[in-house]
Amino acid sequence: MQFDPHFALEILPALLRGAIITIEATFGGMALALVGGLILAMGRMSRAPLVPTLCLGYIQFMRNTPLLVQLYFVFYVLPLFGLTFNALATGIVGLGLNYSAYIAEVYRAGIDGVPAGQWEASIALDLSPRHTWTRIVLPQAIPPMIPVLGNYLIGMFKDTPLLATITIPEMFGAAEQIAGVTYRYNEPYTLVGLIFLAMSYPASLAVRHFEVKTGTQRARN
Amino acid sequence: MTWPHPFDLLPVLLQGARVTLEVTLMAAGVALVLSFVVGLARLAPFHPVRFLATVYVEILRGTSALVQLFYLFFILPAFGIRLDPMTTAVIGLGLNLSAYGSEIVRAAVRHVDHGQWEASVALSMSPALALRRVILPQALLAMMPPFGNLLIELLKATSLVSLITLTDLTFAGSTMVASTGRAAQVWGLVLLIYLVMALPLGWLVRRLEARLSVYRLPVKT
Repeated sequence: MQFDPHFALEILPALLRGAIITIEATFGGMALALVGGLILAMGRMSRAPLVPTLCLGYIQFMRNTPLLVQLYFVFYVLPLFGLTFNALATGIVGLGLNYSAYIAEVYRAGIDGVPAGQWEASIALDLSPRHTWTRIVLPQAIPPMIPVLGNYLIGMFKDTPLLATITIPEMFGAAEQIAGVTYRYNEPYTLVGLIFLAMSYPASLAVRHFEVKTGTQRARN
Repeated sequence: MTWPHPFDLLPVLLQGARVTLEVTLMAAGVALVLSFVVGLARLAPFHPVRFLATVYVEILRGTSALVQLFYLFFILPAFGIRLDPMTTAVIGLGLNLSAYGSEIVRAAVRHVDHGQWEASVALSMSPALALRRVILPQALLAMMPPFGNLLIELLKATSLVSLITLTDLTFAGSTMVASTGRAAQVWGLVLLIYLVMALPLGWLVRRLEARLSVYRLPVKT
């Protein structure tokens, strides 16, 4: 089976339409995970009884089971409880629920990374808790988080082909459909691989660049 | 003897879990060997070797694991290379994970103090001997925790092989859903079985790390 450039060109628009859904799912999932991660991270730091344990349990569960099966669970089981979304929304919820467990740890590590002396100094200077957070802790905690979050964004992007299994016609699903109709596998899957590479490689270079930049900034302080 | 709901599903699911463990172990073997080959190649003194190893890592990390598996499964046969699903799964996941594993090897070897290399040269060891007897034994310690995490990632990634018709735990789940329609019970149990397999794995790695750290050199100040 030769790689036919004409056929590849012919199917490219369909794949790129799928790529738009891929990107929508990635950013939607990431937005949900950023919020969910924040809730989990705050829950882990909460002083209420049971809340930190429950949050830790959720995080451990999500991190130790496969995303594919979690997606199946969300797709097949939520409707049984009367929660029905369209397929794309279900996929975004699944990605968001999974990645919020990882992102909660990013937040926590970022906040733990701020030296204890900064908190003590804030108390000594009689800053209000709000000022301590917004002016002292978060400005130091957030920059080191950004490259890590960037890597998770790329990771989520590469996980989106799983959404094809729950009937979402994203890029990989589009390729599967073309392959199923034409029995030509080489062109669609090769193109999908190349499109992934074309998007994730520059993104990972950007993350590394940012990492180096903030790394030197922090060293200078 | 008949089991009460939902445990009547267990025998079929556990058969799938066995395949999941088999794939995990074999792919881990492939990934481990390739990780060292590629990781050391990225540190090689010859530019073309380094370049090829970098391309290998960036391609495998830049595209999706599922796309890679489909590529091996559907496109290699067209070039006359026919692999059964098990071999495809082991090679595909092994290749994918080795890209991440090689980064662990590379980082750990570079992490070893440069003085160790210089001392080896002073003792007129060949580079290969120095690597084998001096550098790698120290680097191995640093590799343990990230390799442990990677093993759990691999266990979760094996769920993808259900999509190339291998009868693993996830595949067993799909067939049980199709034949019984009890989606919530099946996927709930499948998630729990994955959790039960992943948690001891993480625990085992932490134990091993604690055992090995006895041999850690005193930290220089």
